[in-house]
Amino acid sequence: MSAPEEVANTGLASATALRRFAPLLLLAAVLAVLCVLGFELRPYHRELAIVFFINVIMVTSYRLITTTGDWSFAHVVLMGAGSYGAALIAKHAGLPFGVVVPMAGITAAIVGAAFIIPLLRTAGFGFFIASFAMGELVRLIWVKVQFPFGGTRGIINIPSPEIVGLRLSPPVPFYFTCFIVMLAAVFIMWRLDRSRIGNAWKSIHSDDLLAECVGIDVARYRSLAFITGAFFAGIAGALLAYRMGSIDPRNFDLTTMIYLIIWVVVGGTTTFWGPIVGLVVVTIAFEWSRPLLEWRPLMFGGVLIFFLIFLPGGLESLFPKVGNALRTPPGQQFQRLRTWFTTFASRT
Amino acid sequence: MSLLEVRKLSKRFGGLLAISDLDMTVEEGEIRGIIGPNGAGKTTLFNVISGTHKPTSGDVFLNGDKLTGLRPSRIAGKGGVRTFQRSAMFSDFTVLENVSIARHLHARESLFGAIVGTARGMEKANEGRALEILEFIGLTAFKDELAPNLSHGHQRALGVAMALATEPHILMLDEPVAGMNPAETERMTDIIRKLRDEWNITILLVEHDMKTVMGLCESITVLNFGKKLAEGVPAEIVSNPEVIEAYLGSEDILGDDDFAA
Ligand SMILES: Nc1ncnc2c1ncn2[C@@H]1O[C@H](COP(=O)(O)OP(=O)(O)O)[C@@H](O)[C@H]1O
Ligand SMILES: [Mg+2]
Repeated sequence: MSAPEEVANTGLASATALRRFAPLLLLAAVLAVLCVLGFELRPYHRELAIVFFINVIMVTSYRLITTTGDWSFAHVVLMGAGSYGAALIAKHAGLPFGVVVPMAGITAAIVGAAFIIPLLRTAGFGFFIASFAMGELVRLIWVKVQFPFGGTRGIINIPSPEIVGLRLSPPVPFYFTCFIVMLAAVFIMWRLDRSRIGNAWKSIHSDDLLAECVGIDVARYRSLAFITGAFFAGIAGALLAYRMGSIDPRNFDLTTMIYLIIWVVVGGTTTFWGPIVGLVVVTIAFEWSRPLLEWRPLMFGGVLIFFLIFLPGGLESLFPKVGNALRTPPGQQFQRLRTWFTTFASRT
Repeated sequence: MSLLEVRKLSKRFGGLLAISDLDMTVEEGEIRGIIGPNGAGKTTLFNVISGTHKPTSGDVFLNGDKLTGLRPSRIAGKGGVRTFQRSAMFSDFTVLENVSIARHLHARESLFGAIVGTARGMEKANEGRALEILEFIGLTAFKDELAPNLSHGHQRALGVAMALATEPHILMLDEPVAGMNPAETERMTDIIRKLRDEWNITILLVEHDMKTVMGLCESITVLNFGKKLAEGVPAEIVSNPEVIEAYLGSEDILGDDDFAA
């Protein structure tokens, strides 16, 4: 091999290596930053980060359910099932954090299983509405039933989290607890997404009749997705219950559910990372818009409409475009911008 | 015992009897043609046998097992698989992924296995089999193409490949050569014959293209308004006056154009 060729080849090899490892490097960098932030953040921002970790579990588990094509309006209530489960188990059985959190997940999974059995008869918009009705029914039970749910006042004095005598409740340990639980949950859901089971879920979204005819038990796999999603919502709910020390039915009302949908719609659900990107962007926007508090519902309604009309694929649909733009020479980019502009102008 | 037995089968859609009191048996190793004018109930028959629709009355047996009331996935597990008259595929996936997903029955994965990744070896074997099927169908060159990017003829072929991925005993093909050019039609005809001769798959073939049907089938069932009009070897069918009558008085049922609709 001649010398220039060799140089070209190693150049090529390192370029492909870079492309292969770039996502890993990015991930490592993000994780490292989050570790440092755990110590460095001011209390207010640390609290925000903890809520953010809980919400990452929520958007990721919500997206898991949507991969079958089922859009649920009950996900926040399932989170609530986890919160109530955690609160009651921690309070009355006195079990430690490490046991309560998985049990909260299982509680939510059981409630999810009760939801999905009738929901399997519905699809699309019917699923959306029916899941809303079932969620509200459960919320009504929390509001109306004093024992053990505490009615409108909910459950107070939830014990602080502990694991083998270690107190997890101070801000820094709790930050890292949520961080680790979030990482584990996201990792597991990521593995599922790339597995044969994940592909079966997506094939149902694509063509459920074909999926059924090639041997995929559609009812079973829709249930599996819904119950798995519910389990992780329950885990998120347990973290929330421990963080707040008290919970009531209003924590799991429609507003929260609408936020969940905004995060997911802004990010997009085709890719695994889309909803997390949506959550990051909307969370930052949320913080910046704090001075305009009373305008917020209007703003978020506007954002939702904007994305549904102009960017129905969410921010993730821009990833390939951004990648292409970075690889295109500026002259060509200008050309492309001009074509885009002329077609846009001729359309309006 | 016959491989497939359809007993007193009826399917009603509101006021319309799409299948009416149909009896039919198919022996192992047959290529059975099912013909009839548009709306005769051919696709509905496949829908009912494969479990996509529940029959209004009557039963279907495969190898003596009652299929009636089972979901399509269960029936596929017992070896009864159908293709669709439309081009059906998983649009977000490549050709190879489509066939791999269709190997679901032979690649069960537990939740735990999916998370820790214990199924690597099984997935390798599966992909090997999927590639074999693509090679046989003639889609190897397109394996990494997204399924919707295939030409119409290739999409139809992919439908057959996905059905084969389930390893069926009896394969129900709903107009497999519809919209194909003559070369593609010839290829598909060859494939169907090999499926029976070399893969030992029994074939039920719904097809409008008479040349294909006459060339492939040893026996033919003719449906009209959901009823069995005639059954027999191709020569009998072609000369049956009732069959000719059903096809709008066409003189010669081999006159292709009358069946193009
Ligand atoms: N899902 C359905 N709902 C109502 N009517 C249907 C349905 N499927 C088929 N039919 C009717 O049943 C009859 C038989 O249709 P089909 O089996 O598709 O005919 P073929 O495949 O022989 O052309 C037609 O009159 C059709 O309109
Ligand atoms: Mg038809």
